[in-house]
Amino acid sequence: MTTRSAPVPPGTGVFGSIRTWLGERPLEQIVLLIGVVLLFAWMGDNAAENMASHGMRPGFAFLSQPAGFEIGESLIGYSARDSHARAVLVGLLNTIEVSFIGCVAATILGVIVGVARLSHNPLLSAVTRVFIEIVRDTPILLQLFVWSALLHALPATRQALNPIGSVFLSNRGVFLPGFADGAAPLWILAALVATLVVGTILNRVQARRGAMRTSRAALILVGASLVVPLSALAFGASFALDRPVLDGFNFEGGLTLSPEFAALLTGLVVYNTAIIAEIVRGGIQAVPRGQWEAARAVGLSAPRVLRLVVLPQAMRVILPVLMSAYLSLTKTSSLAVAIGFPDLVSVVNTQANVTGQAIETISILVVCYLALSLIVSALMNLHNRRLAKAEGRT
Amino acid sequence: MSASIGAAVRRILIPGAVALTAAFLTSTASAGPTLDAIKARGFIKAGVGTAPGFSAPDDAGRWKGFWVDFGRAYAAAVFNDPEKVQFTESSPQQRLPALQSGEFDILLSAVTQTFGRAHKLGFHFSPVLFYDGQGLLVPKKLGVTKGADLKGASVCIQTGTTGEANIADFFRRNNATFKPVVIETSPELLKAFAAGRCDVFTQDASDLAIKRTELPKPDDYVLLPERISKEPLVAAIRGGDDKWQEIVNWVSYATIAAEEFGITQANVDSFADTKDPDIRRFLGIDPGLGEAAGLDPKFIVNIIKAVGNYGEIFNRNVGAGTKLAFERGYNQPWTKGGLLYAPPFR
Repeated sequence: MTTRSAPVPPGTGVFGSIRTWLGERPLEQIVLLIGVVLLFAWMGDNAAENMASHGMRPGFAFLSQPAGFEIGESLIGYSARDSHARAVLVGLLNTIEVSFIGCVAATILGVIVGVARLSHNPLLSAVTRVFIEIVRDTPILLQLFVWSALLHALPATRQALNPIGSVFLSNRGVFLPGFADGAAPLWILAALVATLVVGTILNRVQARRGAMRTSRAALILVGASLVVPLSALAFGASFALDRPVLDGFNFEGGLTLSPEFAALLTGLVVYNTAIIAEIVRGGIQAVPRGQWEAARAVGLSAPRVLRLVVLPQAMRVILPVLMSAYLSLTKTSSLAVAIGFPDLVSVVNTQANVTGQAIETISILVVCYLALSLIVSALMNLHNRRLAKAEGRT
Repeated sequence: MSASIGAAVRRILIPGAVALTAAFLTSTASAGPTLDAIKARGFIKAGVGTAPGFSAPDDAGRWKGFWVDFGRAYAAAVFNDPEKVQFTESSPQQRLPALQSGEFDILLSAVTQTFGRAHKLGFHFSPVLFYDGQGLLVPKKLGVTKGADLKGASVCIQTGTTGEANIADFFRRNNATFKPVVIETSPELLKAFAAGRCDVFTQDASDLAIKRTELPKPDDYVLLPERISKEPLVAAIRGGDDKWQEIVNWVSYATIAAEEFGITQANVDSFADTKDPDIRRFLGIDPGLGEAAGLDPKFIVNIIKAVGNYGEIFNRNVGAGTKLAFERGYNQPWTKGGLLYAPPFR
């Protein structure tokens, strides 16, 4: 192979960055770009023309028309009279809901299982290993069918299982105590954010002025976490629990998880716990043995070895893979169609059928999933850049 | 490979690939009228659902059923051979786009004729071949006798049917709410219903009658007598081929007219020397009809020999003698109080 010209040095200014982006062969790049754009434009035009010749009217006008179908569960108010656009939003929010809760739960469980897998206790590591292999090596669709069948096999509401307190399991759903005041979860979220913000500031201050006493730092943090809910209480918010009570055929009050939601969430969490456990194990094992030994040699206790030396280094390996696991979980949630949870795909499927606008509805799906994935990737890149800066790389 | 050759290859290959893709897309996009394509191919491509009695493969893998017989009737008319039709299964969700994109020449899967499907999707339809209505299947122990009792119920619905919008309309008319449980595949939906996930299963009544027999304890369920919608079931085709549309229309009418005339698979040959001018014209003994349609002069005889008249098709597949044991109901000739009415064959 002949030697190629040296890579274009990163340019400065707007033109410079465009030149950098276009690379070594700007003319060919531009021609190719135009070619691709033209190809897609032509394909779109061809599709529109063919649809017109069959008497179909392509376009997104249907989005403002009444949907005419009901959706089983929704985070926002929705009825069949609402528009197709709102139906899409309902589906999207359902997808985000199950994916978000799924990611959080799978991460917590995944870290626990991943660390347990590395345990020196042979029983613990063997049990987690068997769990991971069984879950990872069977198709998730199959697992979803199993969870769905298990939840449907629960007794009817009047004979609902009551394992602890006000938790009821029945074939119509899982009933849990919930907050009577709908705003309560938002206050808790606000308190969490406040704690995080104060904690970050505290870290910065300590980095500049040297560490303060642990008890004092803890006091500030606890104060920060309490100030939001306490002021909310002062303004009349309520954190009272509302417990589900059997009324006739069904439970009233509390929080209801439909069997479909519960099955999908359980399936996603169990499957991704196994995936994330392996990611965590891989990340920890990627830290050289020397680091462990050196940390022990300076007399750190086992938990501090993990927290101060191993995990920060393991995180660098774990995070990018973890992000793709999150993305994959979000996309896998579309298997909801098979078990009847009204996620984005399920709602848009119904829409495609009601309106007949197959191409348009599929493009809506593509755009929604693409947007979700790009947002997560953007956050990931942001984090990577910060990490690179912290390490002194540019 | 040197850089210059690499660049040259890229210069040739990329436009080549673009042109090739273009040619491929154009050729699939501009297929001729449906009937020409059918004749050139030598058989009809029909999309079907799976519902025993209406369309399902038997033990030997041969498709049987009400809709399948109509598929064979169209093949008998076009090719003088009822076997020149290929049946392919298509889910309710996939069937309409599949017909739209040219995967099938005709859809024989209990499609409901609606305004929207005609105007927004550009489909054309055969005469109504089966008058149905959306029904409600409920467990007997609920003690429900009419749809209005179902306030707040969980309802099992399959995607891809007119059912989802119909049931929403029904509950709105009754100022009641309901919880839809929408599952794409029929077996999963049936399992959820059998497990008690829903209070009601809604679907075309004919289909519910079949579903009921597939439940573990059919006697624990009852199909409510009320129908919440009109479901005129038809064969659907793409717009843009008038000739194919006319063949589909008149072959369908021919089976209905044959029942009116009392012509059956068994006795069709005995009409060879009939004096009745209508029947002589109908069966092509006096020439005219087949030639005008561009079909075999004896095409109606071929149809009747292949599948029989409408009544025979109905009775053989879903009628009194079968497991489904459907009443004829509206699916009787108009002379017997039904809605089947064929225009004159002249």
